[in-house]
Amino acid sequence: MTTSTLSRTTDARRPATDKPDSRRTLLGRRRRERWWAALFLGPQLAALLVFTLIPLGFAVVLAFMKWDGLGEKSWVGFDNFQTQFSDPTFRDAVLNTLTLGLITVPVGLVLALLIAMALNNVRGKTIYRVIYFLPVVTSSVAVAVIWQMLLASGDLGMLNNTVHDWFGITLPDWLNDPDWVMVAIAAVTIWSSLGLNVVIFLAGLQSIPAHLTEVARIDGAGPLRIFRHVTLPLLSPTIFFSFVVAVISSFQAFDQIYVLVDPDHNEGARTIVYQVYDLGFKKFEFGASSAAALLLTLMTVVVTVAQFGMQKRFVHYES
Amino acid sequence: MVTAIRRRVGTVALHTLLIVGGLLMTFPFVWMLLTAFKGEGQMIQDPLAWLPDPWRASNFPDALDAMPFGRAYWNSFYIAAITVVATLLTASMAAYAFTRIEFPFSRSLFVVFLLTQMVPTQVTLVPLYVMLSHFGWIDTHLALILPAIANPFAVFMMRQFIRAVPIELEEAARLDGANRWTIFTRIVLPNIKPGMAALGIIVFLGSWNSFIYPLIFLNSEENFTVPMLLASFKGQHGGLDYGMLLAASTISVVPMLIAFMIGQRKIINSMAASGMGGR
Repeated sequence: MTTSTLSRTTDARRPATDKPDSRRTLLGRRRRERWWAALFLGPQLAALLVFTLIPLGFAVVLAFMKWDGLGEKSWVGFDNFQTQFSDPTFRDAVLNTLTLGLITVPVGLVLALLIAMALNNVRGKTIYRVIYFLPVVTSSVAVAVIWQMLLASGDLGMLNNTVHDWFGITLPDWLNDPDWVMVAIAAVTIWSSLGLNVVIFLAGLQSIPAHLTEVARIDGAGPLRIFRHVTLPLLSPTIFFSFVVAVISSFQAFDQIYVLVDPDHNEGARTIVYQVYDLGFKKFEFGASSAAALLLTLMTVVVTVAQFGMQKRFVHYES
Repeated sequence: MVTAIRRRVGTVALHTLLIVGGLLMTFPFVWMLLTAFKGEGQMIQDPLAWLPDPWRASNFPDALDAMPFGRAYWNSFYIAAITVVATLLTASMAAYAFTRIEFPFSRSLFVVFLLTQMVPTQVTLVPLYVMLSHFGWIDTHLALILPAIANPFAVFMMRQFIRAVPIELEEAARLDGANRWTIFTRIVLPNIKPGMAALGIIVFLGSWNSFIYPLIFLNSEENFTVPMLLASFKGQHGGLDYGMLLAASTISVVPMLIAFMIGQRKIINSMAASGMGGR
C-alpha cells in the first residue's frame, strides 16, 4: 500500500514542474516508467520464474506422471498420491516430521525465550551471545558429524558411556532405536538453532522501551505480571515470526538427519523431505517424489495459513 | 538491604544457568578439537578419556591428504561470493521497483513474490534436477549459484530498507535530470548499505552451509563444497577412525568459527534482523 501512496504523492507533485497540460508527456512518462520497472524487476523475476515457478509447475505435472527420468513419461492420474497415502513409509515420514516439529518448536522457542530474558538482565551479553551462536554458524553436516559420535551406541558413545559410568543408568541407543531417534534428532536440532532464536528474542526484548516496564513496576506489578501484560504482548510479533519460521523449518528437516542417521537403516528417522529425496534420487520415481513434495507443500501452506489465522487472537501489534 | 541481597542471589543464579547452557553449547566443539588429536588405538582402548594420549597431530595432514579440503574451501568461497553479489544486486533492484516505481500489477506481483517464499525448496528438487541436466549444468557450480539467486526473502528485506530512504533525496536528483538507474546507484544503494551488509551475511552463510543442493547436483570430488566434502569424507573414512574424521570436521568448521568471532557483532545483528522480518 505504501508503494502506491508514495508514488501517488510524487505524481501529484510532478505536474507543477512538468508541463501540466500535456497529456502526451504524462502517457510517455508512464510508459517510460514501465520500462524502468521491467528493467529493475527483470533479473530477479527471471530467476524466480526459471528456478522456482516453472519447476513448481513442472512438479505439479510430474506428480500425475510415472517417469524414471530417462524412459517414457506416462499419465497416471492420482496414482502417485494414492500410493503415498497407502504407503506405510510415507505415513511414517509424516508422523516423524510432525513429532520432530512437536518437540523442536515448543521446546526450542520456550528455551530461547527464557535464555533471552535471562541475558536481558545480566552483564556480559556479548560473550554469551557469541557462545550460544556458535552452533548457528556451523554447517549442519559438521554438527551432525560431531553429535553422531557423542550419541553413538556401544563402547564409543561418549554420552551413554559417561552416564552409565557416573550414574549407572543405561540410556537408549539414540541413533539406532526407531522409538528414540527423533528425540535425538530433535535435541540436536534445538541445540543448533537455539542461538538464533535467542538473539532474535533478545533484540525484541531490547526494543521494548524501558519506561513501559518501569511504569508497570511503579504501579506495583510483580515480575510475572510485567512479563504477562507488558513484555509478552510487546514481544508477540517477534515470537509469532519465529514460530512460523520454526514450524516451516521443522517440516523441511533433512541435512542433519541425512548425516546423523541413515533413514534407510532406521525408519524412525525418515522425514517427508527424506522421502522426497529417497523416491527422487535413490529410486528414481520422479512422479512419486513430486507427489510427496506437493503434499509437503500443502501441509506447509495449511499450517502457515492456520498460524496466520491464530495471529489475530494472540499477537499484539502496536498501531 | 534484603532486596539487594536477593537481587545479588538472583544474578548469581542467572549466571550459573547461563554458564551451564554455555558449556552445553561449547562442549561438543571442545570435544571435537581434543578428539581430533587422538589416535585410532586410544579411541578403542579408552574411548572416554578426555585428553589425547599421545597427542597425534598427524590426523590433520592425513585428513588433508585424503580429501581436497583446500579446493573445497575455494569452491565454497567463490560460490558464496558470487551468490551474494548477484542476490544483493538483483534483489535490491526488484525491491526498488516495488517501492518507488508505479507499474501495473505491482501489488499482485509482490504478493506472488511473498507467496513463493512459502514453497519449500524441496518441491523443486526433481524438476530443477531435470532442467539443470538439460542445460548440461549438473556437476557444475552454476547449478548451485543460479537457483540460489531467486530469493523473494531478499527482495522483501531490501524493500524494508529502501522504504526508509527519504523520497525527497530522489526527487531532488530527478529535478536535476537524473534517470532511474542513476538514482538507484547513486542515491538508493549508498543509503541502504547497512541493510545490504546484513543481507549479504545471511545469504553468504546460507550458501556456505547449504547441503541438499550440492548433494544432488554435484558428483565429482573436486567440485564439492566444504559441507559436501565432509559428508563424503565421513562416508569414505568414517569407520572407527574418529580422530581423522574429527580432524576433518575441525578443518571444515574452525576457519568459519574464527571468521564469526571476528565479525560477531555484525553477523549476530544481521541474523537477528532477518528473524524480525528485516526490521
